[in-house]
Amino acid sequence: MNRPLTPDEIRQTVLRLLGEIAPEADVTGLNPGVSFRDQLDLDSMDFLNLVIMIHKTFGVEIPEADYPKYGTLNGCMEQLSGKQAT
Amino acid sequence: MAEFLMPTLGSDMTEGTLVEWKKKVGDRVVKGEIIAEVDTEKAAIDVESFHAGVIERLIVKPGERVPVGTVMAIIREEGTQSTPAVQAPASPSPLLTVSPKEPVSSLSPAPPPVAAQDTEPGRLRISPAARKLAAELGVDPAAVQGTGPGGAITLDDIQREARTRRQQRAAPAVLAGETGERQARMRQTIAAAMARSKREIPHYYLSTTIDMGRAMIWLKEENLKRPVTDRLIYGVLLIKAVALALRQVPELNALWKETAAIRSPDIHVGVAVSLRQGGLVAPAIHDTDKRSLGELMTSFQDVVKRARAGTLRGSELSDPTITVTSLGEQGVETVFGVIYPPQVALIGFGKLVERPWVIEGQVVSRPVVTATLSADHRVTDGHRGGVFLSVIDRLLQEPGQL
Repeated sequence: MNRPLTPDEIRQTVLRLLGEIAPEADVTGLNPGVSFRDQLDLDSMDFLNLVIMIHKTFGVEIPEADYPKYGTLNGCMEQLSGKQAT
Repeated sequence: MAEFLMPTLGSDMTEGTLVEWKKKVGDRVVKGEIIAEVDTEKAAIDVESFHAGVIERLIVKPGERVPVGTVMAIIREEGTQSTPAVQAPASPSPLLTVSPKEPVSSLSPAPPPVAAQDTEPGRLRISPAARKLAAELGVDPAAVQGTGPGGAITLDDIQREARTRRQQRAAPAVLAGETGERQARMRQTIAAAMARSKREIPHYYLSTTIDMGRAMIWLKEENLKRPVTDRLIYGVLLIKAVALALRQVPELNALWKETAAIRSPDIHVGVAVSLRQGGLVAPAIHDTDKRSLGELMTSFQDVVKRARAGTLRGSELSDPTITVTSLGEQGVETVFGVIYPPQVALIGFGKLVERPWVIEGQVVSRPVVTATLSADHRVTDGHRGGVFLSVIDRLLQEPGQL
């Protein structure tokens, strides 16, 4: 079994995925408690792509009902903490 | 032999720059295969061949800017002999040669040489006709770089300078670099298309509020069955409903040609995609009405991704037969759109909102969306527009049938 990801690894990975979706944005300066949509002008298609990328990268199942929990960096950290590295 | 032409990727496109050939002479191509990348005012576009065969000649060189309709290459169709002695149709002179991937700074044609009248050292070399034109256009000849023989200022030099000044006045906040130039050109392109639309198309507008309760419940249940990678967003239901409604009101699925609207046998819904650096494009999802919701979702994701990456194909920009736009995510409730010529209709959707709704005498809360039709009154009347909106409403009440 792989070791759990550290919080910093999760953070860096989520920021990398966001950077792929919004390459023009400076994701390093994101406020972790404010929604990605508000800070990066993501639309529903962008957000769906983020969810899909998180699913593929972290190997986690994400029910549609949980989408709002992934709307901020803090939310992603909370949802993904303790998940196994893939 | 078949000619591969500089395509028109929208009514507002008059010329394009060949960025690169994806094929070389002697290569075999199939219909629909990408053979060139062309830089338009909006984006770099992959252009497909409409013919199958072997590349016989590549006429236009990378970096050349040529008008729409210019023969760029000759394709020898299957079963025909190579005819090297045959001259390709004359290609218009390139308007401007630039290095591939570099921004275009001017659209002016190379001026023909003219005889300069003033030849004394220290005096401007300018013909009387050019001097007269400069006075008419308010151009200072001393500020113009002459391109004629010996640096003479030509009529074209004056016209180019006047055009440049107009553009500078129209876009004072042009950003630096290629991105800024592309943004400025895109803004000008959109401006031209929208001005033409408002000048030539007598718009009429109709709107209706649609109960999305059944559709949203169906979507939620449907997505429970789907893996995260295959889930649908509600915008796909709207696009499919529009496409199916066009089968019942086909006069809205048409393109205006000179004096009349020509109905399209195929339904290619253009979806408005805002670009992160500003501006928008509305690429077609081909045969929208024939795709399942899953296929439509995949295609929608694909064109949005490629629109933002600047890798759309030529046919996706040239083929839309109607445009769908949604500004709901910006909080807009009602969209009064401007038709993109030569299309004859545009449908806009606003924000999905909870509203009191009366059902069988009971006031209940329902998610609703406002759908607005902008249509060309030369082609349809309000009655048909109203039928179109009501068909969309009815289709969205039976989401499982979409």
